[in-house]
Formats: sequence, C-alpha cells, structure tokens
Amino acid sequence: MRLGNLLQLGIKELRGLARDPVLLVLIAYSFTFAVYEGANTLPETLNRAAIAIVDEDQSPISTRITTAFTAPYFSTPRMISQYEMDRRMDAGLDTFALDIPPDFQRDLLARKGPSIQLNVDATRISQAFNGGGYVEQIVGAEIAEFLARSRQAQAPQIDLALRARFNPELKRSWFGAVDHLIMSITMLSIILTGAALIREREHGTIEHLLVMPVTPLEIMVSKVWSMGAVVLAASALSIAFVIKGWLAVTIEGSVALFLLGAALHLFATTSMGIFLATVTGSMPQFGLLLMMTLLPLQTLSGSMTPRESMPLFVQDIMLAAPNTHFVMLAQAILFRGAGLEAVWPQLAALAVIGSVFFVIALRRFRAFLA
Amino acid sequence: MSTTAAAEAPAAAGSVVHLEGVGLSYGKARALDAITLDLPAGCMVGLIGPDGVGKSSLLSLIAGARAIQDGRIHVLGGDMANSRHRRNVCPDIAYMPQGLGKNLYPTLSVFENIDFFGRLFGHGKTERSRRITGLLRDTGLTPFADRPAAKLSGGMKQKVGLCCALIHDPELLILDEPTTGVDPLSRRQFWELIASIRAGRPGMSVIVSTAYMEEAAQFDVLIAMNAGQVLATGTPAELKRQTGADTLDEAFIRLLPEADRGNHADVVIPLRSEDHEEIAIEADHLTRHFNGFVAVDDVSFRIRKGEIFGFLGSNGCGKTTTMKMLTGLLPVSEGTARLFGNTIDAGDMSVRRRIGYMSQGFSLYSELTVAQNLDLHARLFKLPAETIAPRIAEMIGRFDLADVADALPDALPLGLRQRLSLAVAMIHAPDILILDEPTSGVDPVARDQFWQILAELSRKDNVTIFVSTHFMNEAERCDRVSLMHAGRVLTSDTPAAIVAARGTATLEQAFIACLEEAIADTADAAIPPATAPAVATETTAAPRKRGMTFNPTRMLAYSRREALELRRDPIRATLAILGSVLLLFVLGYGISMDVENLTFAVLDRDDSAISRDYSLQIAGSRYFTEKSPIIDYADLDRRMRAGEIGLAIELPPGFGRDVSRGRHVEIGAWVDGANPTRAETLRSYAQAIHATWLAQKGRELYGEAAVAGSYQLQLRYRYNPDVRSVVAMAPGIIPLLLIMIPAVLAALAVVREKELGSIVNFYVTPVTRLEFLLGTQLPYVVLAFANFLLLVGFALIVFRVPFTGSFPTYAAAALLYVTATTGIGLVISAFMKSQIAALFGTVLITLIPAIQYSGLIDPVSSLQGVGKMIGLVYPTSYFVTISRGAFSKALGFGTLHSELVALAVMIPVLVTAAALLLKKQAR
Repeated sequence: MRLGNLLQLGIKELRGLARDPVLLVLIAYSFTFAVYEGANTLPETLNRAAIAIVDEDQSPISTRITTAFTAPYFSTPRMISQYEMDRRMDAGLDTFALDIPPDFQRDLLARKGPSIQLNVDATRISQAFNGGGYVEQIVGAEIAEFLARSRQAQAPQIDLALRARFNPELKRSWFGAVDHLIMSITMLSIILTGAALIREREHGTIEHLLVMPVTPLEIMVSKVWSMGAVVLAASALSIAFVIKGWLAVTIEGSVALFLLGAALHLFATTSMGIFLATVTGSMPQFGLLLMMTLLPLQTLSGSMTPRESMPLFVQDIMLAAPNTHFVMLAQAILFRGAGLEAVWPQLAALAVIGSVFFVIALRRFRAFLA
Repeated sequence: MSTTAAAEAPAAAGSVVHLEGVGLSYGKARALDAITLDLPAGCMVGLIGPDGVGKSSLLSLIAGARAIQDGRIHVLGGDMANSRHRRNVCPDIAYMPQGLGKNLYPTLSVFENIDFFGRLFGHGKTERSRRITGLLRDTGLTPFADRPAAKLSGGMKQKVGLCCALIHDPELLILDEPTTGVDPLSRRQFWELIASIRAGRPGMSVIVSTAYMEEAAQFDVLIAMNAGQVLATGTPAELKRQTGADTLDEAFIRLLPEADRGNHADVVIPLRSEDHEEIAIEADHLTRHFNGFVAVDDVSFRIRKGEIFGFLGSNGCGKTTTMKMLTGLLPVSEGTARLFGNTIDAGDMSVRRRIGYMSQGFSLYSELTVAQNLDLHARLFKLPAETIAPRIAEMIGRFDLADVADALPDALPLGLRQRLSLAVAMIHAPDILILDEPTSGVDPVARDQFWQILAELSRKDNVTIFVSTHFMNEAERCDRVSLMHAGRVLTSDTPAAIVAARGTATLEQAFIACLEEAIADTADAAIPPATAPAVATETTAAPRKRGMTFNPTRMLAYSRREALELRRDPIRATLAILGSVLLLFVLGYGISMDVENLTFAVLDRDDSAISRDYSLQIAGSRYFTEKSPIIDYADLDRRMRAGEIGLAIELPPGFGRDVSRGRHVEIGAWVDGANPTRAETLRSYAQAIHATWLAQKGRELYGEAAVAGSYQLQLRYRYNPDVRSVVAMAPGIIPLLLIMIPAVLAALAVVREKELGSIVNFYVTPVTRLEFLLGTQLPYVVLAFANFLLLVGFALIVFRVPFTGSFPTYAAAALLYVTATTGIGLVISAFMKSQIAALFGTVLITLIPAIQYSGLIDPVSSLQGVGKMIGLVYPTSYFVTISRGAFSKALGFGTLHSELVALAVMIPVLVTAAALLLKKQAR
C-alpha cells in the first residue's frame, strides 16, 4: 500500500463527488434540514396527550382533579359520559380516559378506599407507558393536597428531590438532533461508498483501474478515507452550525473526541457499504439490502428506544453493530461531557468492529474484482 | 393497413418524412441545426456521418421518441409535435435504437420479448403466435426461441430487435446503427433479411444510420451529416460523382469542411523490418470458463515485438476475455499467457507498468478533466514527479489535445475521447498496447488519424500493438490478424495470406467464408440463410386500436413483462419477501417500551436501618438493577458521565433519625437526562417506588391512621392488557415495512428502464402513460400484498399477537395501502433519472416520515410543525390506525371506513401525479 496512490485515488473520488450535484444536495440536506427537522418535530414525551374524564362524582375533589390536567403535557380534558368512553378509545381519539366513580369524595373521606379507573390505550406505545405514571402522580398530588386541607394528616414529610442531569428539562429536541446526525452519518457513508462502487462497475471504470499498478486494497482504502472524510467534515459543520448554532443545544463534552469516534464509526460503515455493493449485483438489490441494513441499525442501536428495553438477545446481537457503540459514545460525550477515560471501551469496540468489517469487505472486494 | 394515416395524408404522397428547420440542443451543446429534408417513401434512406453529429438525435425525433424543440417534423402525413397524430401514427412506425439489444429485456427469452411487443400492439393470442412463428422462421431464430436475450450474440440480438420492430407491420422502419458491433457474416445476413422483407412489403420505407460505408453504398438515398447539419443528399453514385471520389469513404471525407478534415492523409504503414524476433505476447492454449460456459477455448498465438496484431470477431466471441487475460485482469482457467517470456500474474505490478490498456467504451473518468485524467494516470504509474508535467505536455502535443485540456471527457466528441484514452494508455510509455475496439463508433477521418498514430508507435517506437476491430479496412492495415468465433481462433495470418488461401477478392469475403465453415461445424448450423421470407402477415393485418383510450391489454402486457423479470431475478423477490419478515422479527422484538434493568446506585451518607431499607425497596423492584454504592460526589459524577448509572440516590446524614422523628427530610435523586425517554421512565418509576415506600413506612411508624384517605388507581391497559410491547409494535411495523420495500421496488423498476434504455419502447409504442405506470405497478402490488399476508401470518403465529378485528376490512385496507405505497415509488421514479438518486430519494421520502411522523411511536395528534403536516397526509398514518384497530381494538369496517376512504383517495392522486410527471418523449 503506497500513500501516494491512496492520495491520488482518494482525490479522484472527491472530484467525482464534487461533480454530482444530486448527491451534494442530499448530503447538504441530510446534515442541515434533516437534523433540524428531526429535532423540532419530535414532541416531548408527553405533549398534548389526549385525555378524557368521566366525572360521575361531580364533587369538589373530582373537579380539582379535572382542572389539574393542563398544557403542555395534556390537552384540555374532554368531559364525556361513560357510554362515550369506549367508542372514543376505539376510534383512537383519547389516549387516556379517567373514570371517577360516584360518591368518590364521600368514600375517600370515610376511609373506604375507593378506586379511580384509568384506561390507557396501550397501542399508543410511548405515551401510554410514560403517561400513565404522570396521570397517577397528578391524581395522587391533588388528592393528597385536598386531604391535607380537609384535615391534618400525619404523613411523613419525606420529599424526593428529583433532578435530571445533562438535560435538565428533558428536551427531546436535543436528543432528536443528535439522533438524526447519527442516522445521516450512517446512511450517507453506506450509500456514498456502496452506490458509487456499483456505478463504477456499471460504467466499467473499476476495471480500468485494475490494469494500473494499484492493488484492490489501495482502491478500497482510498474510497473509505475519501468518503469518510466528506461525511466527517459534514458532521463537524453540522455540529457547529446546526446543532450548536441553529438549535442551541448545549454540548457538554469535547467535539474533537466525538469526531474521533465518528471517524472510527465511518471506518466500519464505509466498509459495510463496500461489502453490500459487492454482494449485490444490481442497484435494486443494493437498495433492498440497504433498507434491510439501515432499518435495524437505526431502530435497534439505542438511538430511538433505550437499549435497556430490548430483549437481551437483541442487545447482544446489536453489540456487533457499530451504531450501538457510536450511539453510546455520542450520548456520553455530547450530553454527559464524558472524556476519553469513560468512552475508551466504545472507541476500542468501534476500532475492532471496523477492522473486522474492513477485512471481510476487502476479501469480498478482491473476489468481486476477479 | 394504415387507412387512417393514408386518409389524413393525401398531400404527402411520395414523401414519408418531411423536416423543416429542425434543431435540437442538449443544454448548451447544439446537436442539430436547421435541418430541412424530404425523405422519399418506399426507399431505403441511409444516414451517414461521424459519431456525435446528430444522426441518432434526428432518428429519435422522427420516431417520436424525443420531443421536438425547434422546427417542424411531418411523418406519415402529420405533424409529430401533435400528440394526437403521434398516437395515431406510432403503430405505423417501428424504431430500433442504437446499441445491441438496447430495447430488449435481457432476462426475457426471445419469444417473450417479441410477444411483449405483440401485446403492446394489441394482437390477439392466435394472431400473435402466428406472427411470431413467422418472424422467427424468417430470421432463423426458431431454435433460439427460449434463450434469454442477454445470452444471444450481437447479431442475434439485432435480429430479435428487428422481429420486435416488424411485428406490427410498420409503414416506416427506423434503424439506428443496427449493425455496429456485429460480425461480417451476421451483418450480411441482416441486410439480406431487410432486403427480403422489403421485397415482401414494397411500400415500406426504411431509414438507417450506419458507420459502414460499404453498407451505405447499397442504399437508395444517402444523407451525409456533420456537426448537426446536412452536408449532402443523393444516391451513392451521385455523391461519388459530386466529389469525384472512387469510394464512399473518400467521398465522405471530401464532403467534410476543411477544418474537420484535419490534415487527413491516407494511412501509410511502412513495412516492418523483420529484425525483431523477440516475442512480446504469447498465448499458449489459453482457456477461460465462466460457470461452465467456455468463453475462450484453447487459443494460442504469438505476437512479435513491434508488430500490429489485429483481432476480429463478433461481439461475445471471446476477444475481450482474451485481452483481459493478457492484461492480468482475469485469471486464466487453463493454459498460459506470457509477456516477454514472463508468465502473467494478476498481482504483479511490474507487468502492468509495461502494458497500456484501452478498454471497450473508453472508460475514462468522466468526472476528471482531460489534464486531470492524464495527471492521475501519470501519478499512479509512478512517473518521477519532475517528469510528469513534461510528459503530460508531450502527450497533449502528440495527441493534439491542447484545446480541450480543461474539458470533461463526456463533453468531447468520440474521436477526441478515443485519442485521450490512447494518450492515457501511453502516458507511462509501455512496451505493449492492448486496445479493445478502439475505433467503434468513430468516424472515418478520426479513425484514420488514430491509425496514423498507431503506425508511428509501432514503427518508430517499436511498441507492440494488439488491437481488436470490426472494420475490415483496419484489419487490412495490421501485420497479422486472427479471426475468432465462439471462443476459438479460426484463422491467423497476414491479411494477404488469408485472402490468398481462401481465394476470395476481399478480406471480408474471406472471413465470411471462414465463419460459414465454422458455423457449419457447430450446432448453430440450424440457422438457415435468410430465405425469402413468406411474410404472409401483412396480408391479414389485425384491426388496430388507435387513440388514447385506456387499453387493459397493453397495461397487462407491461404487467406480464415486469412479473416475468421479477421471476427471473429471484434474489430481488426473495430479498423483498424474506427481508421484510426478518425485519418484522428484529423490530418487533427490538423496539420496546418496557423499560427494565435500569441501573441505579446509592450514596448513603446515613447508613442506618431505615436508609438501607429505602435502598432495598428500589433494588427489589423488577425495573431496577443496583450497582455498587457511590462513594462521593466525584464518583457519582464520573459514573453518571460514563453512563454506568441511570439513577443516583443520595440519602442525607441523619436520614433514619429524622424520618423516625417525623422531621422534614429531602432525598436527593439525579436521573441521566441524556436520553429523555428513558429519563422520563426512570423518573416516574422512582417516584412510584418512593410513594409506595412512604405509604409502607407511614403504616409502620404511625399506624393505619396515616394512610387514611388512601384510594386505588386501577390502571387498565386497554387492547393490550399484558402491556407487551410486541403486541403494540407488530401492528405498527407492518405498515412501515409495507411502505419502504414496495416503494423502492416500484421506483427502481421504472428508473432502471430509463437508465438501461428500454424506456424507449414506452416512447414509441401506443402505450399511454397510465397504462405504462399501472402495468408496471401491478406486479409490485401483488408482491406487496403477498408480503402483507406473510407478515400478518408471522405476527399471529410467531409473535402470537391476538387479532380481534375484521380481517376482510384489514386486507382491503392493506391492498389500498400497498397500491398507494407503490404509487409513491412511481412518483419518485417519474422525475428521477439515475438509480442512485431514486434509491436515495425513496429512502429519504419513506424511512423518516414513516418512522417518525406516522404515529408509530408518537400519535400524529401530538406532533407539531412540518412533521404533523406530513403525518396528516402520509398514507402510513392511516394504515397504522387501521392496523392497530384491526389487530388490537376489534374494529371493523364501521369504525375504520374513514381511514379506508383516505387511503383510497390517495391512490388516484399519486398515480395522476406520476402520470403528469412522466414524459412520453425524451427531452
């Protein structure tokens, strides 16, 4: 492997990309508007959740509870009858329906331990599971306050002072922005290398390279470094101008360290792009394989839903994917301000995965050229 | 017969095509300029001229495949700018575009290809089989009816193309370089076939473009073109008389303006001095197999240093494979290949430095300028840095590239690109040049200039040149030639010796004799010479359907063809079906909101019984996993940053004492906010556990009185009482999978036709845009629906997701949905030109909106901004509601009909959009 050849071939790749306006526009879009949109469209976990209340008690306490559900977490509660409740839930109009039974206040004061029913539409995944807890807290707090005023209860005064670190308001937009950045990095690096290789083969230029004194290793390394460098530069600009500037997200840690991680990640994903291009014969096949690769990478890497909630075997399998480690690393560095001493395991994992992918891709690439 | 056209065009008798001031530009480049012509009917009209002068553009304009920019074109008595006339007249025109088998479908068999065209022209079953049988018999293709088009030789592909063109008895046959790249024998057979067809149909007009002047000499009328303009028209004899030339080649060169003629001189190659007996290239029983197919069979030859060695043969006869083995590009199956006595090793870089290789089609980097191309190659060949600039300057001077040094190769005419390719191949001063069809498609002047350079290289610089060609006058210039056929060398000698041995007048006739002899020996002997075809077809022409009315037969012809192609590409169909099942499995298990195994650790500054009890309470919850205790704030900070703990609890000093005394105590708790969703969950779990502990403690410390006023909150998770994520997820993932895969498949199906060239069939046949789109879409709708059934079955059986609603309603909705999603693919394909762009566009347009804006994770009602707007019009949003309703909520048509209507409305909108965006002519 000679550095001179790597440089020359890499520059050739960059010049080729510079002359392809469609790809340039897509790269620009992916690192600017896609990131911005990704940050701003995601609602906070509980954002204007639709709630309906069946108030069969019509007492001061039931009124109190009714007025406690406010924006931005909840939409203004809709007062409905019990008959309407099922129909509205079936139609997907309400995520929550709270049923306060008749004589609730009387029973509560008489210490009969009455019950309130909360119906949750469990098909509304994220709202259902997190929102249930909110509703419970709000109802609990209202009842406690009501009781505290109606008589002096001797409850232990132990408060739980809960604070969220790194993202005190738990803004999902911060998370969404970084999530999209990671997605763009993965998607572009695979498409840029893979599709370009298929196109080069279709146009016969790859064969032309082979009669020159260059080895397949040099050809592949130059594709990896040049496309990796483009995506890396775009990521750095995106962090500086879109995430920090436009979206005003607080970045805690070292951007340089993040970019080091991104470089290792790109090493793995660009190799993956070459691998996919070598196992498929045509662009439609590549397209299908691309979908089948990107989708699990995106959804199971821990960027969309927390890794902890996946079944163990999925978690284990996903340890082989570079994205998983990259997401951990990105979250640790960008949000928690972690340093090298905290993220070295991820860096090491990315380096190992990247090397394995690279070697596999190189073997396929050699066979593909023969 | 075309009664309509005849009735409309009484005035145009005697003239089949009339052009007036026709012009065409591609961007800034002017391809045609002010062409005014009258082409006589019932004649064979030839279009001659160098490549890139506008012949193909002119033919595609006449065929109606390309939209008219300037001027007027009348074909068969009507204005081709008028779409009504085009539709009326297109069944009377047949167009065969340039490129071997360009408008054929490679995976379809010969019969299926012709059958497809028959269906497009609305022939009935018996009519079709009668015509196809006749055409196959006349062209001698009957034994190959079941062979896929991709596996035919160049000459056979052109014959199939001709069958496809002739199936509907055209009045006007337009052939764009039909014999370029075809061996001499097939070429001769092709023209005999055309002659016999014309004998059977005297009224038919034929317009042909060709690069072979000897063919052009046989035509009735010739039009010589250069630089987008007509140089001269007339019969071959007239042209020769006008210019006072003996041959048409010469006549053409004399017609060219002085500037284009360059310093043209007849190529004179001095005799080789016989003092070089060193062998430069040696092939010894060279054989190459591809999966059982023998491409090169036992080929042996020796080329001496400084010799020009010619290689002749039809496309696919093994010339390119042999050349690739000699460059080390392809490993040898059997035998040996030696350069200067050294066996070729594919990995040996030093061998490559001695060879200059010019592959077919001049694979230059179109993204680099002329100078950059030279520079890149010079650097890769490791020329010493200080010699690079002078060497490039020398090459630019020698190959006359100074004017175009900063231009991109694609912008250059073919002749210049060819010189650039040779300059690139020569940059490192190799001893051997291997040139694979370097002059295909290049005009006579440029070809002669090129050969002048080759002669110089061979005689002055003593470079060994191994060149393949289709042109006999080039073969005659070689020192020795070999003729290849079906992987074998038939003969190998000096041109004069070959002619003498065969006793023929010309080299071409000698080769045809060799070929006929070789063919007689093989199974392909079944090809009868094209006997006067009893083309009985035209006497009973089927009634033609004209006009733009939607014709289901034509639509189904496209569906059938698309389905056949899909069946021949099992990888694509398998990937689509099995891939989606695999994804359902992965995502169904993977995306989960049941947060468990959350990590927490305690900083216990009290270490009393009560504080330990508090920690135990959290550790006892199934949601939490306890990590080793926190030592101090620094430890807490470090471990949180590293993501080791999600929740940190600090119990203050004196916690136990204060609790017992009923004093106010505050427990500190921090959650990791990096992932907000998980943080919310952590927070609510922590609060719930805290509340439970409080109630317990209250009872222990103060008795039942303290918890008076308690109540229960009964949580009912409806539709999914076990709160299994997979039950909630699977019905949401099915819509996701049913948009991405069908959309990609449909989008690529159309764009692929555009990229590979078969889209021209859509341009020149009576197919309407709607028929084309719906026909292409149908197989993918069927595939996607089968996929749907499989996914539902998988969800029911493997995930055991209960299905409670109405299946017929769900299935109907799925059918509407996949029609809409394939429709999205069609819309994308209508304006994308390359497969990469279509792929990229489809990923962007489906992946992100479907995952994030369609209610899969967050309900559309709680989205905001652009995302909400997308969610409201995106089909996935509606199908997610239907899918969840049908699976989990026991819903049927009564409740879901509005969503069904929404989906149904999207289909015509999408298909109309695609039809409006798709162009019926190239632009």
